[in-house]
Amino acid sequence: MSSTYTRRELISGTAAGATTVSLLGGAGAQAAAPALAPPSGTPVNTTLRINGRDHRVSHDVRQSLLDTLRERLGLTGSKKGCDHGQCGACTVHIDGVPKLSCLTLTVAAQGHEITTIEGLAPAANQLHPMQQAFIDCDGFQCGYCTPGQIMSAVACVKQGLAKDAASIREFMSGNLCRCAAYPNIVKAVEQARGAMGEA
Amino acid sequence: MQTFDYQRAAALPEAVKLGKQGEFLAGGTTLVDLMKLNVMTPARVVDINALRDRYAAISIDDTGLSLGAFASMAQAAVHPKVNAQFPVIAQSLQLAASQQIRNMATLGGNLLQRTRCTYFRDVTWTACNKRTPGSGCAALQGFNRNHAVLGVDNSCIAQYPGDFAVALLALDAELALAGPGGARRLPLAQLHRAASGQPQLEHNLKPGEIITAIHVPSGRWTARSIYIKVRDRESYEFAIASAAVALELDGDTVRGARIALGGLAYRPWRATAAEQSLAGKRLTADTAAQAATLALEGAVTHGYNDYKPELGRRTVTRALLAAAQLPGA
Repeated sequence: MSSTYTRRELISGTAAGATTVSLLGGAGAQAAAPALAPPSGTPVNTTLRINGRDHRVSHDVRQSLLDTLRERLGLTGSKKGCDHGQCGACTVHIDGVPKLSCLTLTVAAQGHEITTIEGLAPAANQLHPMQQAFIDCDGFQCGYCTPGQIMSAVACVKQGLAKDAASIREFMSGNLCRCAAYPNIVKAVEQARGAMGEA
Repeated sequence: MQTFDYQRAAALPEAVKLGKQGEFLAGGTTLVDLMKLNVMTPARVVDINALRDRYAAISIDDTGLSLGAFASMAQAAVHPKVNAQFPVIAQSLQLAASQQIRNMATLGGNLLQRTRCTYFRDVTWTACNKRTPGSGCAALQGFNRNHAVLGVDNSCIAQYPGDFAVALLALDAELALAGPGGARRLPLAQLHRAASGQPQLEHNLKPGEIITAIHVPSGRWTARSIYIKVRDRESYEFAIASAAVALELDGDTVRGARIALGGLAYRPWRATAAEQSLAGKRLTADTAAQAATLALEGAVTHGYNDYKPELGRRTVTRALLAAAQLPGA
């Protein structure tokens, strides 16, 4: 199989001609996103501005921004860890500051600029300096918390709080990494601090 | 989550009117969490985020500090003048939650954050007087390691989890409220109710009332103030004991001391007897420890939290001695 397929395309079945897709999709626990409860009452219509584009969604009033991103808009970079605002895996930027998309109601996100991990890179086939730094520094193991880590890390540098390791660790405490890649995450933020300054 | 009627309030009068029969949504860090857990099941949610810009100003003048209740925790935590002139307030916010939550949560919402008691948050525990009045309290015989030891009764030993309200209580803060009956002011000390056998009633706001601002009076003690928070990990954790202390000193003699406790009590807890014990005395390790003993007087423990009174005494002592070392105004 060609390496030009991304893992996401393979799992979601959008990779053209990949006959293994349905097998993977059928058996793969990682592909089995739990279905949302059927909407009750009247659906709500919300326009969300995400990564510079408007998206119109009709949704259950209870749906979190995280679920809308992942289940409705295919923006699966933001991750669902705890779904209760404790782990930081769902961190996105809303009007430029990191917030938890799992504790944000979709309906309340209208009128705000939302940036997800998918909107961070300056252009297709390029990485944001923070994404590159996480790769260079081995700042992840399983990778599940990484999009949230990176969204917080970018804000850490932008807010001038990547002063030293202690300051970075304090700022990043709302993003848990159960693989405990913390030392290399700190190194990545320190590397990107320089690169972001030059960018 | 149970479904709800979502309403967006564009202005304060509309919010007050809609809020008479619903829960207000600001940062959502407590409400959405507890709705997901089916602990809170409002029939109506009134989104008041459109009011954020209008009630978020932070200013300081001769009379004191004024905090718009819709400012985020993050905004107040980094404010240079708050840090310089009211450090206990800035520190209480910096040491609370995570940066994401501080960006979301408003100051007014933070004051009303609800307990982290496991038996309250998990509806599969049937006994919780705060959730279901008359059902009992599972924490009394449960794993009560971080449950309150001050201000508790047999109806509830849940702990008030916040830090900011503790700092405000030490500095005699007052709240500006808007409500169906018009505007009024309420001392912060009267915001949170005692358990009194009715722990389901947590605050003294009337239906529809909104906190619009928080006023902290100026005083010679505000600059020499500190918030000490003891917790199980260094960051992003609730207190197991905390102390807000502000001192007015004449040399090393105490003119006035203000002491409030967090992580130990059912509601933000002012240690008045401890404060009075220090007036006119030199602040030493001995007098600080004596005050700390008074601060924890009347503590009631339930097994796993037997450690708390001693931890609380040491936290108060440490905060008093640390505040005395500060340069002051």
